[in-house]
Amino acid sequence: MKNKLRGIFHWIDERVNLRDLIEFMGKKYVPIHEHSVWYYFGGVSLFLFIIQVVTGILLLLYYKGSEELAFESINFIMSKVQFGWLIRSIHSWAANLFILAAIIHMFSVYFTRAYRKPREITWLTGMAMLFLGMGFGFSGYLLPWNELAFFATKVGTDIAGVVPLIGKPIMILMRGGDDVTGATLSRMFGFHVAIFPGLFAVFLGVHLLLVQRQGMSEPLGYEDSPETQRTMPFFPNFLLRDLLLWLLVLNVIAVLAVLFPWELGQKADLFAPAPSGIKPEWYFLFMFQSLKYIPAQVLFVDGEVLGILLFGLAGLLWTLVPFWDRKSAAGKKSRWTTYAGLFVVLYIILFTILGWLA
Amino acid sequence: MENAEQPLSAQSKRDFLKFILGGSLLAWIASVVYPLVAYLKPPKQAEVEVTSVKVGKLQDIEKDSGQIVKFGSKPVILVRAADGKLAAFGATCTHLDCTVQFRKDLGVIWCACHNGKYDLTGRNIAGPPPRPLDPLRVIVRGEEVFISKLT
Repeated sequence: MKNKLRGIFHWIDERVNLRDLIEFMGKKYVPIHEHSVWYYFGGVSLFLFIIQVVTGILLLLYYKGSEELAFESINFIMSKVQFGWLIRSIHSWAANLFILAAIIHMFSVYFTRAYRKPREITWLTGMAMLFLGMGFGFSGYLLPWNELAFFATKVGTDIAGVVPLIGKPIMILMRGGDDVTGATLSRMFGFHVAIFPGLFAVFLGVHLLLVQRQGMSEPLGYEDSPETQRTMPFFPNFLLRDLLLWLLVLNVIAVLAVLFPWELGQKADLFAPAPSGIKPEWYFLFMFQSLKYIPAQVLFVDGEVLGILLFGLAGLLWTLVPFWDRKSAAGKKSRWTTYAGLFVVLYIILFTILGWLA
Repeated sequence: MENAEQPLSAQSKRDFLKFILGGSLLAWIASVVYPLVAYLKPPKQAEVEVTSVKVGKLQDIEKDSGQIVKFGSKPVILVRAADGKLAAFGATCTHLDCTVQFRKDLGVIWCACHNGKYDLTGRNIAGPPPRPLDPLRVIVRGEEVFISKLT
């Protein structure tokens, strides 16, 4: 058996030179320090994304993306298909945990300044994936075609339509028409299972390639004290730890999916009044809640327009942090970057809680 | 310099070729991108334009009540006040597109999404809605109640 495996290895190695790759992997080391724990969140995000791909493909075998059949097909998955309830609940739970893990990963990278030169591209591709993740969440939310999702999508796309000049065309692009209808469902389905995964795969490829190529980022000041520096080989030590954590995450998801299965709700009725308690997914809640506090008119500008433009600007500034945080790039501590980050974290937590209670 | 050794005509020939090739490339990109963008824009579908709908008999519509009526592809709200007066409006909230409902306990038209309120003449009286609801005409012909567009 062992000889046979070795034979196969040699056969491939002869053609594509595997030894180089193994040697390269053996050279990668993970620094050990007080912030090392944050290194794991990238891997956890990746694992949750893989779960989404697998469960998503499974759901695709039964789901029907049309106004008449979407709700019924998910009902069918939940009640008739063996373990259908489990696959759908895992898909919903893992989706939320993916966003959570990606947010933690992003903030840990921010606060440890891992985005600084030479890792700007890794940061940018990561931010692109976070925004795409939110797009996955928004488009996937409508697919069960239930009441809450129908009105949440109406509100969400209408907010996009408020943006001057480009808002209206974007709204029509997302809705596939002037209103949220079956055409919107078809579009969201297309975004969710084809367009976004395609884009995501490209960004993920670049992101992972860069992480392997450049190695792990070390915190500022780590190089100044060589006597305390310790490292761990990425392969196999760190990878095995990663896998152990993935196993734990999978167990947590299984427990959540079994104990708290995802509700399906009422089928959307285009001629029913909106139910109370329309809320977006929790990761949009802080923005949604903020819009409620802005007055209807601020100096001749619509309150909503102002809010959306401010959030757009803040998101852009955040994404461009490697380019304006010059101090970190030069290896110096930059206190103001930390303060800005803390402000954003506290803001998001506060407004999410307020939105939750509202 | 290579260019300096070439006669002027060769240089201008090269510029001309660059211009032609560059221009063709741009034209090619445009001919690929334009159909893609146009494809994404949903076509206007010919809908039968509804100008009026029959709701039912007057005696079946309770006083102090409201209901959503299908008006073509759009929802419309018909309210009957406690004094028996009828009024109809587009049921789409002017704030963010949710569908409104009649609240008997408050005596107002209410939007559940963001707690917007309109009085029974459709005027926005509380919450975020920026404009009144779009008004429609209610016609009572004999016993039958119709809703029609304002003309």
